[in-house]
Order: sequence, then structure tokens, then C-alpha cells
Amino acid sequence: MTSISVLKQREKQIYQKGNQPFEMECETKSLAGAVSQRACVFCGSRVVLYPIADALHLIHGPIGCASYTWDIRGAQSSGPELHRMSFSTDLSETDIIYGGEKKLKKALLELIEKYAPKAAFIYCTCIVGIIGDDVDAICRQVEEETRIPVIAVHSEGFKGTKKDGYKAACDALFSLIERNKAPQATIPDSINIMGEFNIGGETWIIKKYYEAMGVKVVSVITGDGRVAEVQQAKNAALNVVQCSGSVTHLAKQMEKEYGIPFIRVSYFGIEDTSEALYQVAVHFKKNAEILKKTQALIKKEVKAIVPRLEGMRKDLEGKKAAIYVGGAFKAFSLIKALKTLGMEVILAGSQTGTKEDYEVLRQMCNEGTVILDDSNPLELAKYAVEKDADLFIGGVKERPIAYKMGIGFCDHNHERKIPLVGFEGMVNFANEVHGTVTSPVWDLVPRRQNTTGKEGAI
Amino acid sequence: MTSSRSYKQTPSYTPTQNACKMCTPLGATLVFQGIEGCVPLLHGSQGCSTYMRRYLISHFKEPVDIASSNFTEETAVFGGGANLKLAIENVARQYAPTMIGIATTCLSETIGDDVQLILNSMDNAINGSALVHVSTPSYSGTHVDGFHGAVAAVVDRFNPAGKRIVYRPKKKKKVNLFPGMLSNEDLRHLKDIFADFNAPVAILPDYSERLEGPSWQEYQAIQKGGTTIAAIEKMNVAVHTMEFGSVLALAAEAGQETAGDILSKRFGVPCTRLPIPIGVKATDRFLDILSQISGRPVPERYRKEKWRLVDTYVDGNKYVAKKRALIYGEEDFVVSMAGFLAEVGIVPVLCASGGKSKTFKKALEQTLPEHIIDQAVIQNDMDFTCMEETAAAMPEEVRPEIIIGNSKGYAMARRLKIPLVRVGFPIHDRIGGSRILHVGYKGAQQLYDTIVNAILTEKQTESRIGYAYM
Repeated sequence: MTSISVLKQREKQIYQKGNQPFEMECETKSLAGAVSQRACVFCGSRVVLYPIADALHLIHGPIGCASYTWDIRGAQSSGPELHRMSFSTDLSETDIIYGGEKKLKKALLELIEKYAPKAAFIYCTCIVGIIGDDVDAICRQVEEETRIPVIAVHSEGFKGTKKDGYKAACDALFSLIERNKAPQATIPDSINIMGEFNIGGETWIIKKYYEAMGVKVVSVITGDGRVAEVQQAKNAALNVVQCSGSVTHLAKQMEKEYGIPFIRVSYFGIEDTSEALYQVAVHFKKNAEILKKTQALIKKEVKAIVPRLEGMRKDLEGKKAAIYVGGAFKAFSLIKALKTLGMEVILAGSQTGTKEDYEVLRQMCNEGTVILDDSNPLELAKYAVEKDADLFIGGVKERPIAYKMGIGFCDHNHERKIPLVGFEGMVNFANEVHGTVTSPVWDLVPRRQNTTGKEGAI
Repeated sequence: MTSSRSYKQTPSYTPTQNACKMCTPLGATLVFQGIEGCVPLLHGSQGCSTYMRRYLISHFKEPVDIASSNFTEETAVFGGGANLKLAIENVARQYAPTMIGIATTCLSETIGDDVQLILNSMDNAINGSALVHVSTPSYSGTHVDGFHGAVAAVVDRFNPAGKRIVYRPKKKKKVNLFPGMLSNEDLRHLKDIFADFNAPVAILPDYSERLEGPSWQEYQAIQKGGTTIAAIEKMNVAVHTMEFGSVLALAAEAGQETAGDILSKRFGVPCTRLPIPIGVKATDRFLDILSQISGRPVPERYRKEKWRLVDTYVDGNKYVAKKRALIYGEEDFVVSMAGFLAEVGIVPVLCASGGKSKTFKKALEQTLPEHIIDQAVIQNDMDFTCMEETAAAMPEEVRPEIIIGNSKGYAMARRLKIPLVRVGFPIHDRIGGSRILHVGYKGAQQLYDTIVNAILTEKQTESRIGYAYM
């Protein structure tokens, strides 16, 4: 594997735990030509707002951005499914020359009449930023005409990274919440579940836990989301933020504007799920019942799943895992969850981690672990193979890298259809990992055989 | 027929709802994947390449690396030249490619970056690898236009007008084939056919190995396989060019410069345009032409395949006769698929495409008998929502009973409660999408079996009794 060399400009975004000083470079724009696994600003906005199922999501630009994001996520809805449609102004040459405002307005009015959404989000793509459409003005006009919130999401692809897209989405959400003119009426012992997108029905699992604890969920941002519910968010007593990268900006805004404090949690793995629920219970410690119920819940849930995990752990003990995810926060949870399964992490990386994130990662990992920021296929392949991974955890773009090299794979991205949060999610996760790592197919792939020939030599 | 007028009127909306097309650069990146050692590079935002990668990976289940010049706000204001150069240098360093295929995006096109000028300043090469540019503004045309544009750009680049033909081999009758967007299995089958005719062929693009290879012992920065640049450079000495696509043929007639045109105008290589060979009649035509060009009779193997196929058509004729189908996809694909359906007795009552040519209907009129054209709704520049609404509004006696197209029609098929037979590109919800064979007698055989069995499955499932015999 010495044949793969790392680009010089990328060296500072790669760290191997050991003797070298830790000076991770991160939060920079991707290097041109490096084949980053990142998407763009638009992608960041789209993933955060996507699960709001009764809103219209109209993508203003040429067709590509809408085509490639049509129904790509596993975010489920218990009711309307407008979010699973792909709407685009599909700008053509003449629109580029004469501007797309008229078409945008017409499209919006037609769609709102046809689908009667509770709000509309208009995603600005690259080109809108260039041709200078006044999308905000169109939104104001249409909002006035249709009497539903019509909100521009300034997500032009080139205006930063995916993180800036999160921020644009948070601004849109805040603008939606602000439109609720009713006075703030804080509900005791209540929370907003934030940064949770109901992939494979995960929101429902978490909601069930909070209900059992006696904590009221005011709104979920944005899993199984509804416009009216999101607009109630200011009445919650606490914001519980998962996937810290995506909605922390909103939590901070809500803290400033409405005085709602926030805590950061994760629901992946036994440890982090328990910790999350405890943190919420402790926050509402004035109500002793909640803590009591929480303890009972965790005890019951853990007891139910531990024997099921034990069996799988026997086969997974000592196996090595590589992790490459969007936000570093998820990597922390995964490292712990893998430890529960007896596995060791030999590569950990993220698209959007911060310096602090990477420091935490460094402390969590063993000597020799490779830590990567904004990596690319060649680097991921190089280190996964050098470190002899048995498992790769990532998304669609990482999957073929793993498979080509005879490495098992677990999809932990938004495309997944299986819930991985909470206690029952941990069993699903273990099953996923166990199934792929112990698959008999690895006995047949070239890299796992002691053949001397290359790729598939007979 | 009083109702015919109304059901033929398709709905029209300003926005596109569930598009039946992708943007222009995607087609170009697919072509570049079909050239040996070539790395595609998109001149635009990071998201474009990432989205197209995941779109292609989800179909092919193989690594698809596409680099990006990674626009930032400053780039958008001051121009992307510096970024493009840096991207090219980094791709060259990381991948050591034979060629970098540079496709533009809506962003770089709109700010007016002159990519060719930038590449000229680099002598159109870096460390010995060729830099080839194709203009693919996403707001103009669809992925199909990007595909044909890239094929033409590559042929143009490696067969420049002034190139002197030293020697046109007489004995080795080389043929060029521009097949359009076909599956890996299609490309492999076409290569077999040419080999059986003993006709050396240069197929552009050929991603059949690169996007469907073995597991590796060592990671391959660029997968093996693809048309070699050496083969592309020799296209001008071929005895003939074949170009698939009925709509493309009409576009060429109307003045669009195709790869075949370039070779015929510059070097006098005759070009025959024919429909994608799906079904008996279209395959007959293809093999006849190939037989003429190569000077060899159609090998026995194909005669056997043909008559086996015709015999199957006979066996299944009652199950498909007068069945009504909705077909969609790329225009050329739909035209050829419609031709196949018509020859077995299935009536394509709704032929739809997201493509924007002006000749979709004309191409279908050339392919289908008049009585089918009379009943059929033919519409391009159509999205899945309009397709669905059109199908739902059709009177029961004309409403489609089977849907044939890529996996993007699944949601529509589910709501309409009509079985979907998956063909074409993309197939995102099944394994083996790239192994679907459409062309040749063998392809028609597989399509026919699949379609008949889908109809039988539906009949069996819906039946109260569930007979165990056909």
C-alpha cells in the first residue's frame, strides 16, 4: 500500500497517535482536486430541514441538486410525506439570462396550491447566488399571498462548507419559530429533541424513552417534523441537542432569544444513551420522579439487551474498525459502542470536526490510531488497509472503498433504513456489525487469501 | 373515441416534480469513467462531484472518484482559474492519470470561466496526461447531452483536424462504436458480438470493466479497464463508425456535431446511425450492418439466439398481447424499448422522457406502427409527477398495466399499483442494475422473460386461486 501517497497540502489533516505533536488542521475548505467526501452548503441545509414532512422543499436552481437529493434519506414520517418529493425550479438557459424570480414565484404558487403545505423552504443553489435573484423578496410576496411561512434558505453551494449549510438551515428554523407570535409559555419538565432526524424511525425510539421518564417532548427538530410543532419549540424548558454540528447554532440562538438552556447528547450506544437520559433527568431534578423513572428505564433496557450483545461480542472481540463520518460527535459514540462489542478503532475521521473534537478523539483512541479530517477515498483506503480493518463504518461513498478491499461495512449515514439509536438500536448496530464482519464471503476475497497474484488471481 | 383527446393532454406545471433526468455534467463524468486511466474533474462546487459520485456509486456499487475544483466565494467572484489549476495538479499527483476529463457546471459556466483558455495555458496536458474539456452547463440539456458532448469532445481532442492518416489498415477492418448510455452487461455483450464477427472495435465509452471489477488485493487509485487513449487516437483510421440512438441521429441530421460526424467530416470515416439494438428487428439491423462492414456473415451463434428468441416470443405471445405499458428513461432508450415492446405485442401507451429533444415523437413515429402511435401518449421534458398523473387519468381501457423503466419510477409504480420492471439507468434499489442486458437477441430474451414473468406474477398474486400452471 505504499503506492498511495498523500498530498502534501493534506498532511496536516492526518494524524497518527504516537510521538508526533498533535496539530490537527481542520475547519478549512476542501483542497481542490483532493476528492473530498464532503458535499456542499446546500447539502448541509437540505439534511437538517429535510424531515419536516408537511413543508414544501423547493430547490431553486438547475435540475441536478434536486435530482440527486430526491428521497435519498431514511427520515420517516408518521403522516404526510411531502418531504419525499423532489421539487425544482429546473432553471434553463433563458432563466439564467433573464433571472429566475418569475419562475420561482410561479412555481411556488402552483406548488402551494397543489400540495397545501404548512410552510415552504426555498433552497438557493450556486447559480442563484450568481444571477442575483432576490429570493427573499419573492418569499415575502408569496408569504403575503398564501399566508404560510415562506422562507429562503441561503445555501449556495460555494459559500462555505456543509457546516455553513447547517447554519443556514438553523436560521430558517429560527425564522419559522419566530413567526409564532403567541407569548412564550414554558412547559415544565419539557424538552425539544434537536439534531435528531428520525432515520429508520429513531425519533420514535427516543421519544418513547422520554415518555417513560415523564419528560414531555414539545418538538423534534427535525425528525418526523411538522411545521406547527417546530413553531412550539420556544415553549420547551430544555433543548437536548444531538448531532451537535448541525443544530447547535439554533440551540444557541434559542438560548439567547428565549433563555432555553441546551445540553449536548448522543443516543448511539448503551453508554451514551444512558448518559443522555440521565443528563436530562438530572436537569429536571426538582421532579424526583423523573430520575427514579429514568433509572428504572435504563436498568430494564440494559438488562434486556446485554445478553444479546454478549453472544455477538465473542465473535467480534479484537476486531478492528475504521470510522469515517460527517460530524466527529458521532465518532465518539461509535468508538464507545464498538468498545462495548470488544472492537478496537484503528481509524477515525470526520468531514467537519473541530480542533476540540479531534483532541477528544485523540484521547479516546489507542496508540497508532489514524485520525483524519476531510479525507478522501485514497487516504481512507490506504489507512484502512495499512491498519488491517475488519469493519468500516461510513456512508454510501465509503462503502465501495471497504468492499473492494474485503472489509465489512456498516452504513451509519442518513441513507440507512435501520434505527441504530438507543438500547434497541444498539442491538441492531451489533447485528449489522456482526453480520458483515463474520460473513463467510471474506474467505473468498483476494486480500483475505494468501494468494501471491493480484486482484482476483485464480 | 371521444376520450382520446382528453387523456392525451398531459398536465403542465412550472416547477419540475420528481425529475426523470439528471444534470448535464453527470453524463460527462460517466463517459470519463469509460476511458482507461481517466479521472473526471468537475469545475464547480464540491457538492456537485459528491452528489454525482453517490448517485453513480448507488447504481454501480463500485468506487467512482470524481474530483472537484472546489469553488469558494472568492472563486465565484474572481474566477476559477487558479482553483482549476490547483485541482488539476492535485489530481495528477494523487492519481497519475492518463487523462483528466474536465466538465463544467452551472456555476463555472455562469461566471464565464474560459476553461479552454486555462487549459491552453497549460498546453492541455500535465505530466504527460491529457486535459480534455467539455462544456456541460447544467441549465442546458440533460445528462444525455453531457454524455454525447463528452464523447464528441474526447474524439475531437484525440483526432484533430490536421492529423495525417498514415495508413488505413485494409485487412484489419476496425470499427468505431459510440453506443450511448448502456449498461455494463450491454457493453460486454457488444464486445463479444464484435469479437465473434472478428471485427476489432473501439467502443467509447466503455466503463464495463472499470465500474464492475473484481475485489482487490491492493487498492487501485483508478480501476482497470476502459477505452485506451491509443484506441481513441486511432479512430480516424477505422473503416466505419456506428452510432446508436434514433434521437441522436435526428439531432445529427439537424446539425448537432456528434463524435461520428467529427470522424466522417475530418477523415471520411463513414458513419451509420442506428437505434440501440433492442429486440429482434433492431438487432437484425445492427448485425446486418456489422456483417456488411466486416465482410463476414452473421455467426451461427447469433442465428441460434435469434430463432430461440422468436420461439419464446411465440410461447409467450398470449400473455403479453395487447398489454399496455408505460415506459420512460432517456429518449433513445425509450424509443428502442418501445420498438421491442411493439414487436412482441405490448402497446407502449405512455412513452415518457425527461429529455428535451425536439425529435422524440418523430423518432418514435419512425419506430412504431401507426396504430400504436395513434393510441400512445408521447411526451418528453416530462417528470414523474406528470407521468403519474397522466397514467392515472387515462381511461381504464388504455391505462398502463406494466411500467418499464429505471428505479426512479418505483414510487409512482407503487402509488399506481402497477408492477415495475426495472431496466436502464439508474437502478438504485436493487443489486445488479449494471448487469441488466438490454441489447442483442440475448438482451431481448432476458427482457422478454422478465416482462412476461412480471405479468404472470401479478396475475398469480391477484388471483383468488393462484394456479401453479401458466
